[in-house]
Amino acid sequence: MRYILSILIENEPGALSRVIGLFSQRGFNIESVTVAPTEDPTMSRMTIRTSGDAHVIEQIQKQLHKLVDVYRVYDLTEGPHVEREIMLIKIAAKSSQAREEVKRCVDIFRGSIVDVKATQYIVQLVGTSEKLASFLAAIRETCDVIEMVRSGIVGLSRSDKTAK
Amino acid sequence: MAKLSGAEMVVQSLVDQGVKQIFGYPGGSVLDIYDALHTLGGIEHVLVRHEQAAVHMADGYARATGDVGVVLVTSGPGATNTITGIATAYMDSIPMVVISGQVPSHLIGNDAFQECDMIGITRPVVKHSFFIKRSEDIPETIKKAFYIASTGRPGPVVIDLPKDVMNPAVKYNYSYPQSVTMRSYNPTMQGHKGQIKKALKVLLSAKKPVLYIGGGIISANAEAAVKMLAEKLNLPVTTTLMGISAFPGTHKQNLGMLGMHGVYEANMAMHYADVILAIGVRFDDRTTNNLVKYCPDAKIVHVDIDPTSISKTVMASVPVVGDARFVINSMLEQLDDEQSHLDLDALVNWWKQIEHWRAKHCLAYSNEGELIKPQAAVEMLYKLTKGEAYIATDVGQHQMFTALYYPFDKPRHFITSGGLGTMGFGFPAALGIKLAFPEQRVVCITGDGSIQMNIQELSTALQYDLPILILNLNNRFLGMVKQWQDMIYAGRHSSSYMESLPDFAKIAEAYGHVGISIKKRSELEPMLKKALSIRDKLVFVDVMTDATEHVYPMQIRGGAMNEMWLSKTERT
Repeated sequence: MRYILSILIENEPGALSRVIGLFSQRGFNIESVTVAPTEDPTMSRMTIRTSGDAHVIEQIQKQLHKLVDVYRVYDLTEGPHVEREIMLIKIAAKSSQAREEVKRCVDIFRGSIVDVKATQYIVQLVGTSEKLASFLAAIRETCDVIEMVRSGIVGLSRSDKTAK
Repeated sequence: MAKLSGAEMVVQSLVDQGVKQIFGYPGGSVLDIYDALHTLGGIEHVLVRHEQAAVHMADGYARATGDVGVVLVTSGPGATNTITGIATAYMDSIPMVVISGQVPSHLIGNDAFQECDMIGITRPVVKHSFFIKRSEDIPETIKKAFYIASTGRPGPVVIDLPKDVMNPAVKYNYSYPQSVTMRSYNPTMQGHKGQIKKALKVLLSAKKPVLYIGGGIISANAEAAVKMLAEKLNLPVTTTLMGISAFPGTHKQNLGMLGMHGVYEANMAMHYADVILAIGVRFDDRTTNNLVKYCPDAKIVHVDIDPTSISKTVMASVPVVGDARFVINSMLEQLDDEQSHLDLDALVNWWKQIEHWRAKHCLAYSNEGELIKPQAAVEMLYKLTKGEAYIATDVGQHQMFTALYYPFDKPRHFITSGGLGTMGFGFPAALGIKLAFPEQRVVCITGDGSIQMNIQELSTALQYDLPILILNLNNRFLGMVKQWQDMIYAGRHSSSYMESLPDFAKIAEAYGHVGISIKKRSELEPMLKKALSIRDKLVFVDVMTDATEHVYPMQIRGGAMNEMWLSKTERT
């Protein structure tokens, strides 16, 4: 099973390494991780996508919460939530046909072309991880991907209660 | 408001925190603190011979007193030498603050002389750590460090201090905070009332209950409470290695230690129990044997202050998160209101069964021949000290013999490295205990392997006049390794034989102590008596023991709790 954990941590030096270290030290998986300060600059929010059985996920949550710098831990996948990921992808578009194809695909997936050169585009796409994967599969059928980057998931619970 | 430099603030904060004793070793990065220790006064410092020993001494001091142990070391090698000690304290949940010097801020990251990333290298073995960037933050950070180390599930906290932050030339307004609060750190002390009610309901329905307790009882100072609970309900009690002395060793309800080298009756009672009330334990692999076959009939009620310990290896039917003392007291209160009681008839039958297991006398051993049996040496020490000594052990066969043959009636008197199993722990830990309680009898039971891992502290013991007794069970082997090689590797003693052992009595004498060698069985009592009569000097008693002895019982690998070797030839 895949889970998305949302973690509020003190925005202190070393806090991130404690969280990451915990995962490697105890043999837990990290599939993606994002971290940045929140509206309260003394607090950061990490979103970690991880996998394991329910028992492992329970241990991960408890172990995370035990870290002195960790303020709150919750499992976004437990309830309704919004999750997004951003992808930047550099595509070779040498022929006019390829350029047309990229444009069409970007429109369908509601992405945008954010950089243009004579023979290449950089496309930005925002969505769930599945949507990004579909775009990648579609574009690969007609064009060459030069390089790409994904941000990892960020997410928020749809509950009206704050996680604080 | 006093004006103090960073270095002076470190010392004054420790004084204001109530610290009287620290252990350490000076070096370039902490010279300003050492100077402030000298000029401000108020704190006794013990200069060790190796930083690892400083940490074990602070650890022994902390375990015996319940206070936070404090260590001061320099950057680089001073810091790295503390790692084994810190990991030892972490595994056994011992409150400790380790202050390490660091190279000046502008050199950090430059591979400077004696630079080491202390925060990084200690991260997996500390409860928390602080890197102080500004001198003004010193008092509050030290307050936080002590708060974190001593509350919740205790543990070691590291404070890393760059040299420039301690600059003696720059003075700041100093005041030490009365208290600190941290929004991200709030350990749960009180157990959930509803969960405690549920726990009691399960317990009162039991026909074959066992109270299984560990180091959490000692951390929480819950010895009196747990005794009251056990006596009120007439529960059989078994302890982990760390739980020894949490419940009186000679109490008729105490079955003894459980687990890999646990006694027969304790392991049998666990295996056949229908309810296990586990308090302050973490179901460590040395206590459970094969989890798949673990206590098949038991409902587990698990009380622990650390939620990660609950349902980590063994699923709890009723989890209760909280401090052992708070939870037990709450149980006792609810019991007074409770209408239902234990099924007394069932309990009588259960005790009958337990007495039947006890009648096996699993700790009996053959005490014949000229060679001294290690068990006999420990029993003799028990007899001659009337079971009242503080005993620190190292790790190996002698540790298990002590756990099995020296019952402790008073809490905090048995001090041993349980979780990490650190050889070299016992001697410095014993010195830490002696510093805490100079009037008390302190003995380090060790072996010829372990004692050599921190033997240099014989020098520290002389400098600070710490007259403890060292009982070295010398079998010329790494006994526990040899035992496994005998049992599992067809007796192939690969690197477990200690050739060229020194004359330990002479070593002790070279350091200015008293050395006594005991070689014959007939000498054991008179010589040990003589050794114990010397109270003003450290006495090193080197006892030649029978190297063929194994520690029994020993659980069979991969088996259930009730599957044990009881001797070299008999198994359950």
